[in-house]
Amino acid sequence: MTTADPGPVLEVEALGMRFGGLVAVDDLTFSAQRGEITALIGPNGAGKTTVFNCITGFYRPTSGQIQARHADGATYPLHAMPGHRICEEANVARTFQNIRLFAGMSLLENLLVAQHNKLMRASGYTIGGLLGLPSYARAERVAVDLAKHWLQRVGLLHRADDAAGDLPYGDQRRLEIARAMCTGPVLLCLDEPAAGLNPRESRELNRLLVSMRGENGLSIVLIEHDMGVVMEISDRIVVLDYGRKIAEGTPSEIRTNPAVIAAYLGVEDEEVEQVEQEIRR
Amino acid sequence: MAVTTAQSGRAATVKSGISAAVADALIAAVIAMLLALPILTYKSVEQQTSLEVVSRWPWVLVGVAAVFIGRLALNLIWPRLGGASDGLARLGTVLARLFERVGGWRTAIGALLGLTLAASSAGWLATSRWLDLLLIVPLVIGVWRRSPAWLFLGLALFFPFAPGATRYYVENFGILVLIYVMLGWGLNVVVGLAGLLDLGYVAFYAVGAYAYALLAQHFGLSFWICLPLAGILAAFWGVILGFPVLRLRGDYLAIVTLAFGEIIRIVLINWQSLTGGPNGISGIPRPTLFGLEFKAEGGFADYFGLEHTSLHRIIFLYYIILAMALATNWATIRLRRLPVGRAWEALREDEIACRSLGINITNTKLTAFSIGAMFGGFAGAFFATKQGFISPESFTFWESAIILAIVVLGGMGSQVGVAVAALVMIGGTELFRDLEIYRMLVFGAAMVAVMVWRPRGVVSGRVPTIALGATRRIGSDLVKEGHG
Repeated sequence: MTTADPGPVLEVEALGMRFGGLVAVDDLTFSAQRGEITALIGPNGAGKTTVFNCITGFYRPTSGQIQARHADGATYPLHAMPGHRICEEANVARTFQNIRLFAGMSLLENLLVAQHNKLMRASGYTIGGLLGLPSYARAERVAVDLAKHWLQRVGLLHRADDAAGDLPYGDQRRLEIARAMCTGPVLLCLDEPAAGLNPRESRELNRLLVSMRGENGLSIVLIEHDMGVVMEISDRIVVLDYGRKIAEGTPSEIRTNPAVIAAYLGVEDEEVEQVEQEIRR
Repeated sequence: MAVTTAQSGRAATVKSGISAAVADALIAAVIAMLLALPILTYKSVEQQTSLEVVSRWPWVLVGVAAVFIGRLALNLIWPRLGGASDGLARLGTVLARLFERVGGWRTAIGALLGLTLAASSAGWLATSRWLDLLLIVPLVIGVWRRSPAWLFLGLALFFPFAPGATRYYVENFGILVLIYVMLGWGLNVVVGLAGLLDLGYVAFYAVGAYAYALLAQHFGLSFWICLPLAGILAAFWGVILGFPVLRLRGDYLAIVTLAFGEIIRIVLINWQSLTGGPNGISGIPRPTLFGLEFKAEGGFADYFGLEHTSLHRIIFLYYIILAMALATNWATIRLRRLPVGRAWEALREDEIACRSLGINITNTKLTAFSIGAMFGGFAGAFFATKQGFISPESFTFWESAIILAIVVLGGMGSQVGVAVAALVMIGGTELFRDLEIYRMLVFGAAMVAVMVWRPRGVVSGRVPTIALGATRRIGSDLVKEGHG
């Protein structure tokens, strides 16, 4: 998208992850371009979430490398960084397949917790804040403004003071995205953002993600099962099956790739054509 | 067994037939019999030369019969009582709404203020009118700010001068309750906010107490210098303990902290050359008021031209611990609104999400642990100076259990709840001392009652630390308890 691009925002090289005898991800190589939406798809158990967990530091890969690259050219070896530093320094944020909000805290509090490191420094690692220094109050106002901005973007500003656990499912999904965005990410990893959403909510989500793409150089990697979402908003798609990459390309390329359809639906070759037509329709 | 009873109990309510009720009562009676046989049947009685075993079969029969009749009555009456308790709940809501309609806390505290002013002008309160201001001023602020907290503060400030507050009550009721309020607030940071189950909190209390006692004994340092040192030392031990164990979660963390509490106590018993072992340390110096001692000649009383009484020292101690507890409260409320406090609560809600947001979990847990430990250390130093004598006996697991019970019964994370629970539990046991061994029965029954009707503590749920509009309370069903 950009001409002065220092390279892809995320590079996964020969990534391998095994749990005992189970090989969850095997020799996976792909990259996500800056300012694009890259979708990671594949049948259940293909190892998509495992890849996410490796990228965001929840798992340490058995082999291979993961590198995040900022627009200024700085690179971060995500496979070797402790979990909390991946968000803080490499600016990679994520959401979870089974939503992980702070249910007993208000929406606003959820978004302030996301700005923890920034506020912690502003509060002089608590001491300045405890003494009531004005610099902390200022930083908190700025943080609240950012939180309000994102609440507005996801359409939840009117519920800012309600408990996050009180929100309906679709709103919780959007709040989780807003919370991840409050960390100021360069790369946003979304694990099934459209799961459990009704068609209307799903369309709203598409609009939100498309509007976020490229804004301040944001790149998105998402796992999704809802092909409507994937085909409509992704710039590139990576298809996994049994922990291996079986295809990579633009949505139109993927849509017509027989191997993908076969793997995805687990059908025999002769049925592929029929399925293909169904999907096109 | 309990499951069987519960199931048949439910069956009884569903069928609400007499036969089911009788069957259930019979099962309860059998369980009672199984329990009573080893406990009640035989008793060893000391004779002049030997021990003799006396059988008490009638006791067993009476016990079993009592359980049978009680259970039967409960089975027959409970379904009808269910309606009654619904009615009670409805009455509660109606009263609460009425309270709001009448004007809420402002009116209630205002009425109390009026009564206080009347009593003061009639001279029924403290010996000096000026002392009445200790109650009147907080009440005025309470009316202005519509906050019941000021009512409690006023009562706490005025307590030593209240009519009928003798030396005995100030020392054994007032000071004791406040020590536990402070310990409860300290542990509340760890258990209530950060959701880390700490069963060995008394260790930090002990570290604080021994730190002051030893520093005073060996280096002759005064209480006011040792107080911060005791807190820092306890916090230091909090970090020492926290560093290796905070990667554990839930039950495992609880067991390790429990063991740590015991280790500290056993070290205190066995390190005779330093701690004096089981004999403890005596002659711990009393705190001074800007260098004024509380003694018969040349002390506080002489300086202010008062008649010397030992009550002065007690009242002074009372205000020290009140100030310390209030400082703890102030610091906790403030910490909650800072990023570190929000991170503690977020950690209690979801540790994995915290990590994904770039929060350093180990550091955050360590700060909670060490700040909680620091408050425990302060309380320990105060305990040492108040008693003048400490020994490992004061720092048993029982203390940890009581402090934890205060936090859990009060409502984890709630400052007011913890204070109320400390008042009821510690104050209650002191007030019911006349009941002798049965006070523990009352105590146990009260705990069961709280757990049945308010399983998440007296004050459950939480108030958000920041709000764009009006602050709304978040119900306890959404707030998590943490997994350690």
